[in-house]
Amino acid sequence: MKTFQPPERTRLVDVQGIGVRREGRWLVRNVDMAIGRGEIVTLIGPNGSGKSTTVKTALGILAPDEGTVWRAPGIRIGYVPQKVAMDRSLPLTVERLMRLTGRHSAARIAAVLDMVGIGALARAQVHTLSGGEFQRALIARALIGAPDLLVLDEPVQGVDFSGEIALYDLIGTIRDETGCGVLLISHDLHVVMARTDTVICLNGHVCCSGPPDTVAASGEYAALFGPHAARSLAIYRHEHDHAHLPDGSVRATGGAGHVHGAHEHTHLKQERGGHA
Amino acid sequence: MLESFFTRAILAGIGLAAVAGPMGSFIVWRRMAYFGDTMAHSAILGVALALFFSVSPVAGVFVIAVTAALLLGFLERRGTLSADSLLGLLSHSALALGLVLVALMPMVRIDLMGLLFGDILAVSVTDLALIYGGGVLVLAALAWLWRPMLAGTVSEEIAQAEGLRPERARLIFMVLLAALIAVAMKVLGVLLITAMLIIPATAARRLAKTPEQMALYAALGGVVAVLAGLWASLHFDTPSGPSIVVAALGVFALTSVLPDKSKGAT
Repeated sequence: MKTFQPPERTRLVDVQGIGVRREGRWLVRNVDMAIGRGEIVTLIGPNGSGKSTTVKTALGILAPDEGTVWRAPGIRIGYVPQKVAMDRSLPLTVERLMRLTGRHSAARIAAVLDMVGIGALARAQVHTLSGGEFQRALIARALIGAPDLLVLDEPVQGVDFSGEIALYDLIGTIRDETGCGVLLISHDLHVVMARTDTVICLNGHVCCSGPPDTVAASGEYAALFGPHAARSLAIYRHEHDHAHLPDGSVRATGGAGHVHGAHEHTHLKQERGGHA
Repeated sequence: MLESFFTRAILAGIGLAAVAGPMGSFIVWRRMAYFGDTMAHSAILGVALALFFSVSPVAGVFVIAVTAALLLGFLERRGTLSADSLLGLLSHSALALGLVLVALMPMVRIDLMGLLFGDILAVSVTDLALIYGGGVLVLAALAWLWRPMLAGTVSEEIAQAEGLRPERARLIFMVLLAALIAVAMKVLGVLLITAMLIIPATAARRLAKTPEQMALYAALGGVVAVLAGLWASLHFDTPSGPSIVVAALGVFALTSVLPDKSKGAT
């Protein structure tokens, strides 16, 4: 299946036929992927399917053993890697972390931290943050430079469910407001949501790609994740008509009607959000 | 003023401490202590080769330290041995090789104790010029590298994805470290250089809230250690290099009992 190709002038990243080999084994091979301005592309796939490898190759962190990688000249990238392991000997406030790769005003820093919900932690040491707080700080850091392309590798790990929805909402809103491209990695199927334009399903190679409903309906997808996953993907696409606020309440965000009885298995997660 | 050997020693020590503070902070953050040690130990091989080829020992040390760093990077990338084992291999073989080479040159008389532990009281005006000239260059380069180095310390991947070229920064940092070792060898000796990189930086850790503060406090702590160590060596007639390191340890002990400023959200 052909990857969605945005018009030439808005193209941000284009990788063609890339392969990465380590110690005689192909981690990924024959991967095509393009991201345009204003587009959200989500990579899904099981563990070890090469999602992070693909993203790192697209960003120039890894060199491909075959294929070509093109990035728009002068492109500004905001990146949340899958793992950040800092030595505890490095003193670093959240505020200072925001200025890691560029200068920003105090007002801008405060605004971005508020956006991700950790406005009160500006002066906290990064080492004292919880996993979820640290993840929010990393997302804020990636956002702060108003990047052309936001790249998020499992960005909500350690974040509670209501926070997760709020953060994905935020990412969608930022895309809408700034028109940046977003490249998202997730193994969590429910985040392959209404706002994703293109889903690329990886398992060492591109199994299938396209709009979420097309992918969900495809046989390759069902074969990779099982029929249950295919069903929940379709359902989750309709779930996006309300948001879980941090205090546990639910706010309608418009969209299609939401019938609870129709998909009981989603209730498990909703209960955690204080809404059963 | 420069006529007094003691004044020259104090100035040399202050100059080195000011550079070792920020450089040492990066070494601590990036867990490169053993790496720094290896480069320093290779210095003795550099001195031996410099004597053999009749070039300046400072140049010899610099070239060999850079070579050792590059060799290490190369072996690490292609090999199956851990960085830890490679460092141990390189560190001690360079030290031993240097000592053997020196012994094989009977015409050359060198002050082995001075090489190993330094002789800060023998610092000449030329040495001072080298320390301050080189020191200013190293600090200027480090200031220029600060953002990519720090970003690479937090996450090599972020730095690279966002176009800061952390690999280039790391390579230049290695060259700066080699320069610092070459200049500091006469003052502190190959066995004690790493101490001046590591101890003031670790002493500064608890007092600092930001990386920049830690680098600054490390430099100040190093200066205090130099002054206290030299004073002690004069009064108790102890060797100057080790006295400075013991004083640095004293600074570390002192800051360890102070309240931890880096904790809490104030």
